[in-house]
Amino acid sequence: MSAQGEPAPARTGDGLTTAAKPVSSRFGHEARGGLLMVSPPFVYALLLLAAPLVMVVLISFWTQDYLTLDRTFTLANYREAWTEELYRLLMVRSLWISLLVTAATVLLAYPIAYFVAFHAGGSKALWLFLITVPFWTSYLLRVFLWKVILGYNGVLNIGLAGLGLIDEPLTFLLYNANAVVITLAHAWAPFAILPIYVALSKIDRGLLEAAEDLGDGPLQRFLRVTLPLSMPGVVAAALIVFIPTVGDYVTPRLVGGTDGLMIANLIQVQFGKANNAPLGAALAVSAMAIVGSFALLFMWLNRRYLRSPS
Amino acid sequence: MSAGARAKGRWLRAYAVTYLIFLYAPVLLLPLFAFNNSAVVAFPLKGFTTRHFSVLWNTPVLHEAVFNSLYVGLSTAMLSTILGICAARASARFDFPGKKPIIGFIMLPLVLPEIIVAVALLVVLVQLGLKLSLWTVVLGHVLVCTPFSYAILNSAFLNLDRSLEEASLDLGETRLGTFFRVTLPLVAPGVIASLLIAFTISLDEFIIAFFLTGTEPTLPVYIWGQLRFVAKLPSVMALGFILLILSLALLFAAEFFRRRSERQTGGQGGFL
Repeated sequence: MSAQGEPAPARTGDGLTTAAKPVSSRFGHEARGGLLMVSPPFVYALLLLAAPLVMVVLISFWTQDYLTLDRTFTLANYREAWTEELYRLLMVRSLWISLLVTAATVLLAYPIAYFVAFHAGGSKALWLFLITVPFWTSYLLRVFLWKVILGYNGVLNIGLAGLGLIDEPLTFLLYNANAVVITLAHAWAPFAILPIYVALSKIDRGLLEAAEDLGDGPLQRFLRVTLPLSMPGVVAAALIVFIPTVGDYVTPRLVGGTDGLMIANLIQVQFGKANNAPLGAALAVSAMAIVGSFALLFMWLNRRYLRSPS
Repeated sequence: MSAGARAKGRWLRAYAVTYLIFLYAPVLLLPLFAFNNSAVVAFPLKGFTTRHFSVLWNTPVLHEAVFNSLYVGLSTAMLSTILGICAARASARFDFPGKKPIIGFIMLPLVLPEIIVAVALLVVLVQLGLKLSLWTVVLGHVLVCTPFSYAILNSAFLNLDRSLEEASLDLGETRLGTFFRVTLPLVAPGVIASLLIAFTISLDEFIIAFFLTGTEPTLPVYIWGQLRFVAKLPSVMALGFILLILSLALLFAAEFFRRRSERQTGGQGGFL
């Protein structure tokens, strides 16, 4: 993979056309061909992702001066982003909600992944397909429909009242952090199920039999063999859910009420109505830095204490 | 299988079915409200009607939004599939320095919050003094769709039997000719699956379109505007129902082509 500059060992069965050439020029040729081929998507990502991200960091050190930007270096935006009560509140809440969503999504997803990997028999592909289908329907409408389900006169309240389980409609369901957690856990389900499923289906069945033969009961076998071996999938699932949900905009806006607003809503306001792009940029950079360090800490803890080969 | 394992399997199956109901609950409400003869989206249901659909026919702003979304979706699908082909071909066929970080970087938009991608692009476009339009939306959508295109196409290219290309070269076809006459037809199902998936993602993407569109709304941006008006909601449900059917059709088509690609190239892989 990374034989930088060194001649690659000659591979067998590479075809008659290349076999006659000397090894070193063949590698040079291959490396050049590969780089040439990968350059359009790579340059695109450099220009439209790397450069803009650098720009966001730059602009976060500038100041909005009515319609123009004052380009003198300042930390004022960061000072505001980190000390202002409201901003701190939204940042902490975003992280807290994302952690809850991640925990709920991964815990709920694990048994499904386990079922598909070990008990679905010949219908594995069908189950995986059924799990991914809702993900491809309109995100906006899915979130909106949760509002219909969780609302005061919503499906859930009417259903529970019809069953005689409640006398008054439950009000803690909508327009708060609970609603955001439920809706996001629903939206990200397939992203958690698939990595765990992949990790589980890679486990060598011989190891499970060995554990059983050596006298482990089902629970011990799960805790000592299956779970540790599936940890890479769990870690991947947790990161895939955690990182993007911190920056979710639609769900808090539609079902969160004022108590469920998150950092993305604030960032949008800064770039929109408040017309303070530098502050918005500082908030975005801060959020990404915090999320990034959480992710790194999580991966480090996992490697340190679970010794999972991820 | 022991009796204990079977019992465990039954419990897990029951859980899995419950979970599927949770996954499908919101989607199943769409048809209920799309055909519900009432001015509000709420229970109890009031009988059958198709009038919410005829409202859609008489809303020119909606038709423009549909046209805008088709334009963005088709452009995005083409561009991200071309970029995906380049990346997948490079990664499956060549060994080159920095391969892992380069591919990793191309995949990065998959794990970045979309609002970060949207904000970053917006900042640059404003600084460059470029006017926001449907094309600025396409630029953003290509960025988030390319990783999906790459993932689909990579398995297609990896499963490709290279001796077929070598045979073509040996028989005197040029490299370019081999690519267009042998390689591309063999990965064609993968290419079609990539086009369909990228189109579906672009059609549904909201945040980037919301930040980067000028005066022309895409369909999700239009829907977002409508969600604020209680009176508009029943027709939004009708629109959502049409979109649901359309997405499902596209998804089934993509799955069909992906499976065909698996059979044709003899490998196996998944969507995500």
